[in-house]
Amino acid sequence: MAAENKMVSIYIMGKQYEVPYGVTIMKAMEYAGYRFIRGCGCRGGFCGACGTVYRKPDSFRLKVGLACATMVEDGMHLTQIPFYPANRASYKLEELSPSLGTLLQHYPEVTRCLGCNQCTRICPQELSVMDYIAAAQRGDIEKTAHQSFDCIMCGLCASRCPAEIVQYNVGILARRLYGRHIAPRAAHLAERVGEIKAGKFNDELSRLMQMSKEELQRRYEARDIEQ
Amino acid sequence: MYTAEMLSLIETVERTREKRLKEAFPRLSAAEKTNILQSYHPDHMKDSMRPVKVGPNAGEKMPHELVDVLESRSMIDVDGLALENIDYDVDVLVIGGGGAGTAAALLAAERGATVLLATKLRHGDANTMMAEGGIQAATKENDSPAIHYLDTMGGGGFQNIPQLVNALVQDAPICIQWLERLGCMFSKDPDGTLNTIHGGGTSRKRMHFAHDYTGAEIMRTLRDEARNRGIKVVEFSPAVELIKDDQGQCAGAVLYNLETEQYLIVRAKTVIIATGGSGRLHINDSPTTNHYGATADGLVMAYRAGAKLIYLDATQFHPTGVAFPEQIVGQLVTEKVRGLGAQLVNIDGEQFIYPLETRDVVSSAIFRECRERQKGIPVPSGYGVWLDSPMIEMLHGKGTIEKELPAMFRQFMRFGINMAEKPILVYPTLHYQNGGILINEDAESEIPNLYVAGEASGGVHGRNRLMGNSLLDIIVFGRRAGKNAAEKAKTVKLGKLTLEHTKSFNKELEQQGLGQRVAPILLPDYRGKISK
Ligand SMILES: Cc1cc2nc3c(=O)[nH]c(=O)nc-3n(C[C@H](O)[C@H](O)[C@H](O)COP(=O)(O)OP(=O)(O)OC[C@H]3O[C@@H](n4cnc5c(N)ncnc54)[C@H](O)[C@@H]3O)c2cc1C
Ligand code: SF4
Ligand code: SF4
Ligand code: FES
Repeated sequence: MAAENKMVSIYIMGKQYEVPYGVTIMKAMEYAGYRFIRGCGCRGGFCGACGTVYRKPDSFRLKVGLACATMVEDGMHLTQIPFYPANRASYKLEELSPSLGTLLQHYPEVTRCLGCNQCTRICPQELSVMDYIAAAQRGDIEKTAHQSFDCIMCGLCASRCPAEIVQYNVGILARRLYGRHIAPRAAHLAERVGEIKAGKFNDELSRLMQMSKEELQRRYEARDIEQ
Repeated sequence: MYTAEMLSLIETVERTREKRLKEAFPRLSAAEKTNILQSYHPDHMKDSMRPVKVGPNAGEKMPHELVDVLESRSMIDVDGLALENIDYDVDVLVIGGGGAGTAAALLAAERGATVLLATKLRHGDANTMMAEGGIQAATKENDSPAIHYLDTMGGGGFQNIPQLVNALVQDAPICIQWLERLGCMFSKDPDGTLNTIHGGGTSRKRMHFAHDYTGAEIMRTLRDEARNRGIKVVEFSPAVELIKDDQGQCAGAVLYNLETEQYLIVRAKTVIIATGGSGRLHINDSPTTNHYGATADGLVMAYRAGAKLIYLDATQFHPTGVAFPEQIVGQLVTEKVRGLGAQLVNIDGEQFIYPLETRDVVSSAIFRECRERQKGIPVPSGYGVWLDSPMIEMLHGKGTIEKELPAMFRQFMRFGINMAEKPILVYPTLHYQNGGILINEDAESEIPNLYVAGEASGGVHGRNRLMGNSLLDIIVFGRRAGKNAAEKAKTVKLGKLTLEHTKSFNKELEQQGLGQRVAPILLPDYRGKISK
């Protein structure tokens, strides 16, 4: 790559550092000498530990992104938001009913949504966050669950919400309500669990456990493979 | 964004695609497999390993990077630390807040134990969160735990410990049901039938998934439940040493608060190590898929306390790590991409391996294609081969990738590559620690009152883990560890707390002229570098 050796200037909490062009904010901060304690988890866009606020030099706009998935640019000013004291409700899932009442009881603030769309605009997963909150307001748990499914709980939406809604916690409540109380149960699964508890496979497995390596290997090579 | 050269090479892949769609590449025979592994797999490269000189596995070969941490001294000033000043006094201490640790904590709490879960980063910042592909269980009519057993043993080179595999396959459906009841949104048909596909080395379609966020869905659900149950969690406080009592039982651990830099003493009747794997040791100088905290801490602590390790000379390289773009080199391209039909293709647009051979075999085939046969595609970090993802859209319909592989799709789109239209470049990456601390089917180590679950444990996967068996393993043995540790705690009487074992390990190191380094390393050090 031609641009490989190019360096750019970035400002980490106001301090200037020269870092290689084209790397992620996370790798650039390490290159600059940081050893993360907070603000770094999976390093691959799954855990939401690395939310970052940044601004490009020619703009007043504050942007947010994941440090592990956003590339540095020349003149970027940035800081991480490693923690946010967000509200979370506690509940006994098995005792809840999948209803609007349940959502509002745990997160009454969803009714305060102003429809400003900030959350959707900044979500690094490009989710329609405002829409899933709107679905939650209507008690449409299935829609809230599906639309929020790819949420990595990075907290960036909540950090910008003027109504102080914690969208990702509403999302996980909806998903767990859906998974437990709305999605149809797998009948074949229940049946298999019954068979196992009744010991149906014990004999066959004990035979396999005692088998010589050669015999096992023979059976392994000869096993038929589902197409 | 692909370079102009890459775009022109992609035309070759596109030209052969129609023909390849109809072409089934032959599977390798047992002899061919052995041959390719011995010639190309890093496990068989002589200079990548050396025998460890101290401890219960003295004389056995392991990768240098692992031996380095096993032969390190404690970070604690053993004589200076006052073990009487106990900060937490609990029934069960769980070390590690990934999937195995959280499942263990839930089961222990359910049994009435007081539980403390100590973890290094945030609760859930773990390899579990990153698993995309799926979790195995024989839940379908054409499948059975016995077939699952055979697949697992074959994958592991028939060296898995039979009792552990029996527990794995028999508990599997029970664990899926447990997760279903906790509200995990597995992908299902409208009638509730769980969707399942193949993974490398499976003979039945038994890979259950939640789109390609399977691990994240499991992890966030377990974490949410732990919060609901009020389980006490301390974050950014890794364990750095196990504590024993004067009768040789495990009796707690020393934690280190990464932020205040203070030590904390935990006394516990039973301890569960669930610290996960070791990808961040960058074995063989390889990039890795693993999270930031995967530094083999649990192995180091347990080894010093006298626990035996098994199969640590077997390291899993995932055949399809990202080879391009440079920003995300080493990150995982889930096996599900091959499960859905994408083929591996060389620079001439030809297949060179059946895509769903076991991981060790596929990785070796890619090494061979790039090194010996010189048919790799040049990338800034070396070589890659094509993974022909657009085939998925042709086989299963347009839009399948965005629907079934949203995490993957998003990852590449962030860097201007649309994998539904263009193939992607992959190369093997350090992925999984096949071995670990030896356990039995009750998740007990050889040290009284010390339990181990998940990637930190060893034996269940033999020398090579199948995809989907690890997410399963962490739930099966996490639950077993939690339940058994809580039961055991009811009868445990602890003596005086001591770090004598650490002292004598330090002495052993000294005698060998070792112990210049300090471990566990807790966090990798990438300062002044561009990390892999
Ligand atoms: C990218 C990726 C994709 C994968 N895909 C699949 C898949 O599709 N199917 C499958 O079955 N498996 C998959 N795996 C493997 C599987 O996800 C892991 O092996 C499994 O989740 C490990 O779980 P665990 O709980 O043992 O460890 P982890 O989930 O890694 O949890 C360990 C926790 O302990 C913490 N810790 C570490 N050291 C200390 C310490 N000293 N003190 C306290 N805490 C500590 C860690 O920070 C972490 O939070 C994948 C792995 C990766 C990395
Ligand atoms: S919905 Fe909110 S918490 Fe979830 S990924 Fe988007 S911004 Fe992050
Ligand atoms: S940011 Fe808050 S108020 Fe604005 S649309 Fe989103 S949820 Fe509603
Ligand atoms: S470190 Fe996990 S999302 Fe960035």
